[in-house]
Amino acid sequence: MTDTKSNPESADAMPPPPRRNESQVTVALRELRKAPLSAKIGLLIIVTYIFVAIFAPAIAPYGESEIVGPQFDLWSDTNLLGTDHLGRDMLTRLIYGARNTVGIALITTLLAFVLGGTCGILAAVFSGWIDQLLSRVVDVLMAIPSLIFAMLLLTIFGTSIVNLVLIIGILDSTRVFRIARAVSLNVVVMDFIESARLRGEGFAWITMREVLPNIMPPLVAEFGLRFCFVFLTISALSFLGLGIQPPTADWGSMVRDTSTLITYGDITPLLPAAAIAILTIGVNFVVDWFLHKTSGLKEEH
Amino acid sequence: MSTNSQEVLLEMRGLKIEGFSEEQWHQIVKGVDITLHKGEVLGLIGESGAGKSTIGIAAMGYAKPGCRINGGSIKFDGIELTTASEEQKRKLRGARIAYVAQSAAASFNPAHKLIDQFAETVIEHGVGSREQAYKDAKELYKRIRMPDPDQIGFRYPHQVSGGQLQRAMTAMALSCRPDLIIFDEPTTALDVTTQIEVLVTIRDIVEQFNTAAIYITHDLAVVAQMADRIKVLRYGETVEDADTRTMLSAPTQDYTKSLWAVRSFRKEVKAPPPEPTPLIKVENVTATYARGLLPVLYNVDFEINRGHTVAVVGESGSGKSTTARVITGLLPPQEGKVYCDGEELPRDYHRRTKDQLRQAQMIYQSADTAVNPRHKIRDIIGRPLSFYLGLEGDAKDRRLRELMDMIEMDADQFLDRLPSELSGGQKQRICIARALAAEPSFIICDEVTSALDQLVAEGILKLLDRLQQELNLAYMFITHDLATVRAIADEVIVMLQGRIVEQGPKEEIFSPPHHEYTELLLSSVPEMDPDWMDRVLEERRAKGGITAAGN
Repeated sequence: MTDTKSNPESADAMPPPPRRNESQVTVALRELRKAPLSAKIGLLIIVTYIFVAIFAPAIAPYGESEIVGPQFDLWSDTNLLGTDHLGRDMLTRLIYGARNTVGIALITTLLAFVLGGTCGILAAVFSGWIDQLLSRVVDVLMAIPSLIFAMLLLTIFGTSIVNLVLIIGILDSTRVFRIARAVSLNVVVMDFIESARLRGEGFAWITMREVLPNIMPPLVAEFGLRFCFVFLTISALSFLGLGIQPPTADWGSMVRDTSTLITYGDITPLLPAAAIAILTIGVNFVVDWFLHKTSGLKEEH
Repeated sequence: MSTNSQEVLLEMRGLKIEGFSEEQWHQIVKGVDITLHKGEVLGLIGESGAGKSTIGIAAMGYAKPGCRINGGSIKFDGIELTTASEEQKRKLRGARIAYVAQSAAASFNPAHKLIDQFAETVIEHGVGSREQAYKDAKELYKRIRMPDPDQIGFRYPHQVSGGQLQRAMTAMALSCRPDLIIFDEPTTALDVTTQIEVLVTIRDIVEQFNTAAIYITHDLAVVAQMADRIKVLRYGETVEDADTRTMLSAPTQDYTKSLWAVRSFRKEVKAPPPEPTPLIKVENVTATYARGLLPVLYNVDFEINRGHTVAVVGESGSGKSTTARVITGLLPPQEGKVYCDGEELPRDYHRRTKDQLRQAQMIYQSADTAVNPRHKIRDIIGRPLSFYLGLEGDAKDRRLRELMDMIEMDADQFLDRLPSELSGGQKQRICIARALAAEPSFIICDEVTSALDQLVAEGILKLLDRLQQELNLAYMFITHDLATVRAIADEVIVMLQGRIVEQGPKEEIFSPPHHEYTELLLSSVPEMDPDWMDRVLEERRAKGGITAAGN
């Protein structure tokens, strides 16, 4: 037993199982086929919305703020879903709304993630007073009801799209901070982080190369959920007149503008509301599936 | 222990169990036969993945979530468990078949007192009232010589030591006087000095109540003390089955022989050379984890020479790993200094230069958490190459292949894989390669083999020894396993409660006269001799000093 070459008896010398030679696309497609019905519906909804948002000018029958008929016109062959309070085509506005509402919500969510995610990992990696400072600031921000706080800030700074994105982005980054910090804390106690520190690695390497790849699954899932919340907040603010401003088409303000119709038994104001609801449900379906896949929850046999 | 008892208690015939993973069913146990007589102790041994725990649990007619029994029969005292109803099986479990798990700390409910958890099974199965259970528990605690048997049951699990908890669990398994107890690695997580107490308890109980037992372990020396008969398993199949003495003295299968031989590795001991400047010098270090807390290290003082291995041994909590943290600079000491090659190292690793950091590398106990699961092997080993030595492109690739050669792994096969595709031993080799990539002169090995199967661990030790000879590396080898110390150390440091109690060359430490604690530590390491435990107990009783069950 003095042979220094690896012992053929030991499990150590076993060759690793042959690797499946598949591209990531094949793997993704196989996963997709096995996905539950709800996830497939969710994906279909999201893809449809993205398609509509990108090709809005090509699909829409009229221009975004073009006045095409009388006010509150009924559903007809020329205006499929009737017109709004200024005589603009509802279908066209709905289609452009996908572009505006979804686009702005997406940018806002991205901002929240970059800001909250970085600070969260920073707090976990450095701990000590940096963690204390960031965490307490976040506590204070979270203690104030966010919709009311956002309305207050928007009245102070004025209702422009830039302000809207910044204010909601910062307010929502507090939630991202919490989750990023929590999942990073589980990673930074691992030996490979200690090993990287002892190697002399800087903060950027530890964050981007060591921690981030290991916390991606929960962050991606949170991104989906956070997007829904941001999207609902923006719609709510628009409905109250503080969000996206006319003449830009937006689902929240469209509900407000046509809301009087509901008293006449016309369901037109429900259409933009439904557009909001369906997207929220679709994203949630996909997030559920993704969380189930990545959290290691397995069906028991 | 009545080996040739007549009556068969448990009989498994052609047992097959499969498990579901990676979208398909895999056979874990491939047709194993077991016959267990009343009062007999059967030892199941094998490496991880041999299916020993799965078989043990199957003796209760149970399969873990994600597993199912798909063939064969399990007959317990005439009852066929594979077809028995849940109701029937529930009546057996706890009452007639009991189970003792590896981690007592994880198996007790932390919110209830020990004695109430003892009584629960008794009441549930209608064996007796709470008062009777209490009385019985105290009686049992007394019989297994727990300290303060009348009161200890009224403590919560966190209020007793790990060894006591494991013994309380053994007593609990006995609460309904079962016919069969399954012990699943009950001492693996314990220190050797505690392990012997638990072993004595288990053996006493099995003998006193004539209970049959299945003892699952990967430690051959332990099973040699406990079992009447040993069954060696590999990949879910029986390799060999014989009574303990025959098995130890005359194994017939090659695999069994290789298991028996693993403790044979010894490196050649080098005499401590008269070096003017030791490579690493730890001078009078006192350290604490937070200001105001009691120190965890007191005046620790030792040297490590170039090309030498210093083994640091001691129980958990003795300060072995803390010493390593002080040397690496993770825990700046309160007092004292650390020198490398005669030059004083800054106390905090942040202040050390890249070159100082490069000189001392570290290998961890758990290779799973020591490598980033999202990095490929190429990046894990390659990072120190580019970080310290500035190697890129072809030069880096060449060096990567050299390193893979050194750790006896095939570069083409492994470089582009993720750690999750590797076995435990292979991952540990990757960690060694990462340490070597920095071209250090000193490596701290923190329990590097304790998470591995013996054969694999043996391979790692040999590899480390060969690398030491080739590269003149110095090792600080932290371990609680004295067999490892015997195999690899040149010098030994024995630690207890943050202090060094004895240090010197290996032969000196391992030959008498010993310090009292070293004596206890040395005599507690199980040997491959079935009479070892009796002999140790005899000696200790004769001395009247430390009794096995005393705390």
